[in-house]
Amino acid sequence: MTVLDTVPSAALLLAVGVLFAAGVYLLLERSLTRVLLGFVLVGNGVNLAILVAGGRAGTPPITRADAGAEPMSDPLAQAMILTSIVITLALVAFVLAMAYRSWQLHGHDEVQDDLEDTRIAQLADRDAPSYADSDAIDPRVTLDEEAATVRDEVALPEPAPGRRPGTGTRGGGDT
Amino acid sequence: MLSVLLAHTLVALAAPTLVARLGRRAFWVLALGPATAAAYALSQTGNVLAGRTPAEHLPWIPALGVAIDLRLDPLSWMMLLVVGAVGTLVLLYCSAYFARDAHGLGRFGGFLVAFAGSMAGLVVADDMLVLLVFWELTAVFSYLLIGHYMDRASSRRAAMQALVVTTAGGLAMLVGIVVLGVAAGTWSVSAVVAAPPSGPTATIAVVCLLAGAATKSALVPTHFWLPAAMAAPTPVSAYLHAAAMVKAGVYLVARFAPAFSDLTTWRVLVLVLGGGTLLLGGYRALRQHDLKLVLAFGTVSQLGLLTLLLGYGTRATALAGLALLGAHVMFKASLFLVVGIIDAATGTRDLRRLSGVGRRLPLTALAAALATASMIGLPPFAGYVAKEAALEAWAHDGDVLASVMIGVVGVGSALTVAYGLRFLWGAFKPRLASSPGQQAPGQQAPGPAAPRRSEDPEEPARPQPFWMAAPPFVLAVLGLAVALAPAVGERLLAPYADTYPVGEPGHLTLWGGFTPVLAVTVAVLLAGFLAFRYGDRVERLQGALRSPAGADVVYRRLTRRLERFAGAVTAGTQRGSLPFYLGVILVALAVGPGLALVWGLLDRPAHTAHAATARADTSEVLEFGPFAVVPWDRPAQFVVVIVVAVAAVLTANARRRLKAVILVGVAGYGNAALFVLHGAPDLALTQVLSETLILIVMILVLRRLPPYFSDRPLAASRWVRLAIGVATGLVVMVFVASAPLARTHVPVSVDFPEEAEAFGGGHNVVNVTLVDIRAWDTVGEISVLLVAATGVASLVFLRQRRSDVPRLDRAVTLQSAERPEGSATPSAPQRDWLLAGPTLDPGQRSMLFEVLTRIMFHPMILFALFLLFSGHNAPGGGFAAGLVAGLALTIRYLAGGRYELGEAAPVHPGLVLGTGLFLSAGVGLAALLAGQAALESTIVDLHLPVLGDVHLVTSLFFDIGVFLVVIGLVISILRSFGAELDRQAETGSRPPGSDRHTGALTGGDRA
Repeated sequence: MTVLDTVPSAALLLAVGVLFAAGVYLLLERSLTRVLLGFVLVGNGVNLAILVAGGRAGTPPITRADAGAEPMSDPLAQAMILTSIVITLALVAFVLAMAYRSWQLHGHDEVQDDLEDTRIAQLADRDAPSYADSDAIDPRVTLDEEAATVRDEVALPEPAPGRRPGTGTRGGGDT
Repeated sequence: MLSVLLAHTLVALAAPTLVARLGRRAFWVLALGPATAAAYALSQTGNVLAGRTPAEHLPWIPALGVAIDLRLDPLSWMMLLVVGAVGTLVLLYCSAYFARDAHGLGRFGGFLVAFAGSMAGLVVADDMLVLLVFWELTAVFSYLLIGHYMDRASSRRAAMQALVVTTAGGLAMLVGIVVLGVAAGTWSVSAVVAAPPSGPTATIAVVCLLAGAATKSALVPTHFWLPAAMAAPTPVSAYLHAAAMVKAGVYLVARFAPAFSDLTTWRVLVLVLGGGTLLLGGYRALRQHDLKLVLAFGTVSQLGLLTLLLGYGTRATALAGLALLGAHVMFKASLFLVVGIIDAATGTRDLRRLSGVGRRLPLTALAAALATASMIGLPPFAGYVAKEAALEAWAHDGDVLASVMIGVVGVGSALTVAYGLRFLWGAFKPRLASSPGQQAPGQQAPGPAAPRRSEDPEEPARPQPFWMAAPPFVLAVLGLAVALAPAVGERLLAPYADTYPVGEPGHLTLWGGFTPVLAVTVAVLLAGFLAFRYGDRVERLQGALRSPAGADVVYRRLTRRLERFAGAVTAGTQRGSLPFYLGVILVALAVGPGLALVWGLLDRPAHTAHAATARADTSEVLEFGPFAVVPWDRPAQFVVVIVVAVAAVLTANARRRLKAVILVGVAGYGNAALFVLHGAPDLALTQVLSETLILIVMILVLRRLPPYFSDRPLAASRWVRLAIGVATGLVVMVFVASAPLARTHVPVSVDFPEEAEAFGGGHNVVNVTLVDIRAWDTVGEISVLLVAATGVASLVFLRQRRSDVPRLDRAVTLQSAERPEGSATPSAPQRDWLLAGPTLDPGQRSMLFEVLTRIMFHPMILFALFLLFSGHNAPGGGFAAGLVAGLALTIRYLAGGRYELGEAAPVHPGLVLGTGLFLSAGVGLAALLAGQAALESTIVDLHLPVLGDVHLVTSLFFDIGVFLVVIGLVISILRSFGAELDRQAETGSRPPGSDRHTGALTGGDRA
């Protein structure tokens, strides 16, 4: 017999709220260590939230012949939380490794703004194109006027004998 | 038809090789590609005349009903013939036109043949999606061909502009096609035309289709790409931008006009776009000095006229339109090729500088004269026959719209006459004594400073290369020949015109008698001639009427604005700051789902919220509006919650790393206590173990990080962060408070206890859930652990990850090499409690710790095994057991250093992790092989001689796998954060820039 009463406990609600508030406050930091601590706090809050969703407290979910009348707490919520606890452990290790690596490379463990994004924002402020494109420069003449200047690499007529000794071809550009 | 397309493909692919081997003579071979199309069309003439439509079918995407359906009706027949014949002639022309050593000829030839193939596919496709594919292919090859001189910015720009404009139209067309296909229930063009959908759907589809046609055929306001496309080599201009590709839009109009020309939207669009383009093109052509540009604007104008005729929607105009299409192909392609000859012979296309060319190139001049006569509608040429038929048709209709059409086409034709004569005169005018080029060679009119050749008027006429002179001549003569037998043309084209639902059939004739139409024609010719005669005045007038910003300028401004807008949007949203992104997400959470939640709660009456659940005890329930809560489950809960909350708040405020870490640990242990109070001993056990491990790991890393968090002047943003944090906390609280009350069904876990005993063979329901009922979740989870362990190791091990485990024998040899004789070695032999104790610096050793470790390690491992095996029936299980074993190893490492760890667990963590995952997944596989569901457990009861009755559940092996993965994770972490960091510290590998933090080490609030 599992607990069917789902009325949440105000005490647990309070714990969830405080853990989330403090965790989010830390998550919005730039220091990776603080971000990580914030994540652990939020993780604890989530675990409690799942616990509340599973219903009220009960006896441990271990079936015994001599079980009393008191119902047992929801085992499904507990299985999920157990998974979550161990995953949090793995995640803590991973983020710590990142923080340590960041410290190794840069001398601090702070999350920096993305350089490329900053550059794009600066360019947009100056109203400059985001990359150098010679084709995007506004030509003074229209494209059809430019098209009139294009010459093909054509075969020239055979020069008349003795008249115009020269090359037989003409270049493609109008340089 | 499929074989025709295949021939094009093969020839196009072979083009680079052929040109490399044969030089420009390879174009003779390449001409075979389009020649197959022309030959096929000719061979099918009999069939088409007899009213049969050859069709081919090749399945492509059967699931979507898309197939390569090809169909040759009269319209397709004519288009295929045109595309093939002109393509052949243009390729032959190329063989003499280009210099022997011209660059990129192989590429050029390949693209040109591939384009011809795409165009052939486009005109015979009967599946709308296949048609679209060919349509876009022509756009791509046009792009590549316009940009042939890729080293020139103007060519690249023109190519890109043409591609952007036509592809935008193509996208609109795709929408139209999809709308049409869905509405009609088929992708077949012929089926849609036979039974067109109606209503608003059809209107939307028609507008989209016409957008595609207008961009492709350079109708206003997208006409500007076509003159710019003259940057392409002249044969390309002749083929793509006069004869073939720009006709694709006209073809589309002609294809769908029988179905949709009765729609008002269609008519308005076609008449406005077509008429506007006709007039604008002619007007602009009068202002040009470059021969190619005169022809290009002339093409724009003619495309408008063709759209007008074919889209107008009566049989007679359709017949006239198709005849004009054929005439236009012949005269315009011919004229472009003539321009190529002039350009090659004189080095200029500027009609102000050309003179006396006619005497030197008589054959070319004759071809140009014939073609121009057809263009301006002189009898007895094809252009005349077509225009007469059109005017006759409208005169026959006699309504107001027809009169307006006659007026518009009359003005357009007069403009055509004017620019046609301007072209002919400009190109071939006799050498005048006062020609500016002669008078002042140094002050020539603006234009390219290309070297001029053959300035000598006495220079004898030279024979032109045959392959250059013949194609334009053939096309021009054809323009006369077909007109001399108008009845044949009518017989060939009338079947298409008859597919239009309305109007009387029209006729193609050379002489219609003295009718009002003849008067119109004479007036048009006269007006055109006058406009040409006083061309300089017309030009001055045009110069005085400064037109508003041209469409090309508008296009450029629009693209620039679009780019700026994209830049502003990117800069505004992609700030590159992770806290900013996270903040936005959380604010969105509070504003979106948060407000929706509050709204929903306010909307629902109180008391119904938890009606569906059975409540054991109603006395202690407090109700606030829609919420119902109990103060606490057990009084102790409240006390623990206070501890957790205080620890969390202090963590957020902590400035010292160690303090923050320990406070987080307090909150974690508090959580464990809450689990105990809730009736979750497994959770509490795991939480305590994992919290301990997190604490140790963090402290291992903190050894090398500065003790204080860097202090940043973030006074303002601190309050913002606090506000976001509190808001998120409140939203989550409301959510958690309302979610359990919204439950309407009995939880799925209500049967878990019985199932756990009956099928899982265990009493610990949580453990059975993990290893049996929801075992897939656990497999996923331990995979995540494996990934995390790998990630940690790869981030910390700077060099190649060493596969060897640090063992004692290596440490001894290393240290004996390092230490000079008798300097630091302990003189008195000391009782070692740990194997690797002597490897440590004596100052760092703690005898008490070593003794305790020695005493505790083996009991802890035993306890871990106990938890592992009893976990099925009592609190414990693979996770808890793995963590206990991991802690035991951690203690060994802390007391004895990295060599002690190597001695305690002389295996590579990767091996442990892999074995664990293999074992867990293997259990699932074994069950599968045994004919059960994957991961299903089997209960085996054995009677062993010594041990007695053994109750074995196969899921135990799954749990052992979990156990091993957790141990592997812990070893991996210890090796990375413990052993490798030790090694890096010993070898003194300080990171760059770490000196900055020396101040922080002494407690300063810097950095």
